[in-house]
Amino acid sequence: MREKAKLLDKESIHRSLMRIAHEILEKNKGTQDLCLIGVRSRGAYLAVRLSACIQQIENTGLPVGILDITLYRDDLTLIAASPVVHKTEISFDINDKNLVLVDDVLYTGRTVRAALDALSDFGRPKSIQLAVLVDRGHRELPVRADYVGKNIPTAKNETVEVRLEEVDGVDEVVITEK
Amino acid sequence: MIWTKKDLLGLEYLTKEEIELILTTAESFKEVSTRDIKKVPALRGKTVVNLFYEPSTRTRVSFEVAAKRLSADVINIASETSSVRKGETLIDTGTNIEALKADIIVVRHNASGAANMLARHVSISVVNAGDGWHEHPTQALLDIFTLKEKLGRIEGLKVSIIGDIAHSRVARSNIWGLTKLGAQVKVCAPKILIPPGIEQMGAVVTDDIEEALEDADAINILRMQFERDAETAFPEQLEYFKNFGITQERLKKAKKDIVVMHPGPINRGIEMESSVADGLNSVILEQVTNGIAVRMAVLFLVSQGHDKKYENTD
Repeated sequence: MREKAKLLDKESIHRSLMRIAHEILEKNKGTQDLCLIGVRSRGAYLAVRLSACIQQIENTGLPVGILDITLYRDDLTLIAASPVVHKTEISFDINDKNLVLVDDVLYTGRTVRAALDALSDFGRPKSIQLAVLVDRGHRELPVRADYVGKNIPTAKNETVEVRLEEVDGVDEVVITEK
Repeated sequence: MIWTKKDLLGLEYLTKEEIELILTTAESFKEVSTRDIKKVPALRGKTVVNLFYEPSTRTRVSFEVAAKRLSADVINIASETSSVRKGETLIDTGTNIEALKADIIVVRHNASGAANMLARHVSISVVNAGDGWHEHPTQALLDIFTLKEKLGRIEGLKVSIIGDIAHSRVARSNIWGLTKLGAQVKVCAPKILIPPGIEQMGAVVTDDIEEALEDADAINILRMQFERDAETAFPEQLEYFKNFGITQERLKKAKKDIVVMHPGPINRGIEMESSVADGLNSVILEQVTNGIAVRMAVLFLVSQGHDKKYENTD
């Protein structure tokens, strides 16, 4: 794996999240009935950070839930080794809420499809919006993000890696090639 | 840690890491049963066959609920009402189930080694739901899961298994699992119910109930299987209760927060007093709840595993 370029650093990640926080508040006209759902694993950390950004702006944080989509994947029968199943932790009622689904990279759209299926097992939210730090294109399903940190055109043999302090010890987004 | 095995035959054949993977996967699955819609699509389109050659309510229902919460289709075959009565062998039944394109066979059989033999003759997954006096891996896994949930760890715990050790696959699976995870296991029973070779598995043997209770963090009380084997000597019921039954009086001398487990069904007044079964230290019903999560984890993992090698499974 060869690292080709660094696309975002600590400061630019924070600025992106801050802008997305403002956009979420603008579109939803405040924090009423608004909740964040982070997709494991890095989406969960980003959701917590977004909640902190919103806290900074509005003085109220948002409830954050964590979703593990492993059991809803459409490729369970195709992958060779079994993926590790982690916990889903949504401690609040999502019925009639406006949910913002948060993930690190939007690529084929299959993770989002799985997340939507999973959320519908928890209730019927009023709306679900999608926020991602990076949109790298190559969609295989009709999915689009409402909030995007950075659009990064990529080739299919490249990988976009979002590294976050909470798990990777560093805040950066890099593009790597096999 | 990645799961590779297509079968779950016994805890003897698993590494410490594999056992831990099942336990952490089960933790994740436990949440599913707390939802309004208690179902995930992980095994959608898969067929699970419960093949039971011995009566069982709890284990069969638990596997059925677990499979259904994973969206699998479940077929129950009980030997009394099947072609087994016409003399069909286990292997023939197994290969026929495979020919029906089922994906997982959950098998309970009165012969030790039945699940291992079946697994060698079919290429679909086999989960051992109890074979003779050999192993009952999912029961031990749910016991260990419950213990870990209650006490936060397994390593260093002192666990006493009390009762009919000789006829108990639950005891054997628990000894394998607990010792691999670093617990100290003591078994306690009348001498006639202690099988030879149990020390080699890593357990300390005693026939003194007080010794089994003192400084134990948990006890696992086994059912006296009076129905199982008419030929072997069994203690008289009241005599057993007098010498080995778990009573409030006996528990007074044990650790205050000792965890009391029983795989069920309970013989009230034989292995334990009713007030102990229903008491504050008892986690018997939590074991039943946790059994679903553990079996969901096992069904999910074996459905993902493809490794057909069976070293050391004879």
